[in-house]
Amino acid sequence: MSSPFMKLWGMPILLGILTLVGLLSALFGDGIWDALSAVTLGVPVAVGAWFSLRRKPG
Amino acid sequence: MSTQSLRWWSWIHKWSSLVCTVFMLLLCLTGLPLIYHHEIGHLLGNDVEAPALAPELASNPPKANLDEVIASAKALYPNKIMMYMSQELDEPAIWNVTLGDHPNDEHYKPIAVDARTAKVITEPAFEGGAFMSTMLRLHVDMFAGLPGMLFLGFMGLLLIVAIISGVVLYAPFMRKLDFGTVRHERSTRLKWLDMHNLLGIVTLVWALVVGATGVINTLADVLLKVWQATEIAAMIEPYKDAKPLVQMAPVDAAVKTAVAAEPGMQVGFIAFPGTPFATPHHYGVYMHGDQAFSSRLYKPVLIDAGNGTITDRRELPWYLTALLVSQPLHFGDYGGGWMQFLWAVLDVATIIVLGSGLYLWLKRGRRAKADAKKEKAASGMQPVLVRSGEQA
Repeated sequence: MSSPFMKLWGMPILLGILTLVGLLSALFGDGIWDALSAVTLGVPVAVGAWFSLRRKPG
Repeated sequence: MSTQSLRWWSWIHKWSSLVCTVFMLLLCLTGLPLIYHHEIGHLLGNDVEAPALAPELASNPPKANLDEVIASAKALYPNKIMMYMSQELDEPAIWNVTLGDHPNDEHYKPIAVDARTAKVITEPAFEGGAFMSTMLRLHVDMFAGLPGMLFLGFMGLLLIVAIISGVVLYAPFMRKLDFGTVRHERSTRLKWLDMHNLLGIVTLVWALVVGATGVINTLADVLLKVWQATEIAAMIEPYKDAKPLVQMAPVDAAVKTAVAAEPGMQVGFIAFPGTPFATPHHYGVYMHGDQAFSSRLYKPVLIDAGNGTITDRRELPWYLTALLVSQPLHFGDYGGGWMQFLWAVLDVATIIVLGSGLYLWLKRGRRAKADAKKEKAASGMQPVLVRSGEQA
């Protein structure tokens, strides 16, 4: 995350890829694929919730 | 980014979102209960359950003759005709039969029939009851039929434009900030600007996918018409001059013929003569696979409703396959309870993005108005030449 580009876009790209994996994996299989989907789709949701709800000290 | 292109992207983002926001809020709010339509139906007591079989039958449940299933349903409404009968993969004990006054009856009667004993189980609430039906109609076409559907599709296109322009604007706003910064302490406007950027970028891919697949879904009726006018028309070319059907061949035998022609596939639904999925002279038997992905893809087998033989069977065209694959991606109904929950949370996050966007515009509108007032007051005191010089 050293370059300015990655500082700005690193996280959005990572979350975007995780979302895509989550959306597609459950489409092509059940069981373990549904679980993979829940985890990968859950990360962007958790990140959004964490940064929305946290209050920086000070 | 140059000031000029920043202004241009801001303009695109502002207007594409302003136009669609009210409709997107409607879609997000009505979509929320639709995510949980099974659970809500269960709570309202509207779901259908097949009765338990006698123990001696339960180990090897029989399969009722389809013509008997149809006869049981029609006994309730002797003057109505068959439109469709369908079966869920996870509920092989039930046939969902619909009867109507004509093959395109929008006020059809749904009837659940036991697929093992051919006894009527119940008449389920239409579209899951008054509440769910209202949510569904508002979500699909706002009670305005095809024009309403296409209008919402256009609003969906604007949403996609708004999302893309929003991503472009993310850069100048966030360049100097760490990811996820929300400045609570400065001003309410700044806090909601940060929230808008954060939740907007977090929901980006999900919102794009749900938006785009929603747009594809609004084209369902149009795509179906294209298919009828091209492929179905070609398949029934030999029937161009055929007389209207008098006697219909037994459905059970017709479906068995279709099943034998497509080994390894299950019957998804059967469309009766005259409905959009069949022809005036055919049963449309729609076969699908039983795996996660293959269950989404249908293969139609057209059976001559006069003599019960196969007229034609072919793969669906790419645009109908695209439609069928896009549906789960819009509904979020293909990954179990966790996916439903995440779908609901992402839906709420989108409501916050829409609401905060609206708030930011209203605030900016008020500030711009105040600025304009100041300018007007100031310009009133200035000579005309100075004013025109300012504008240049």
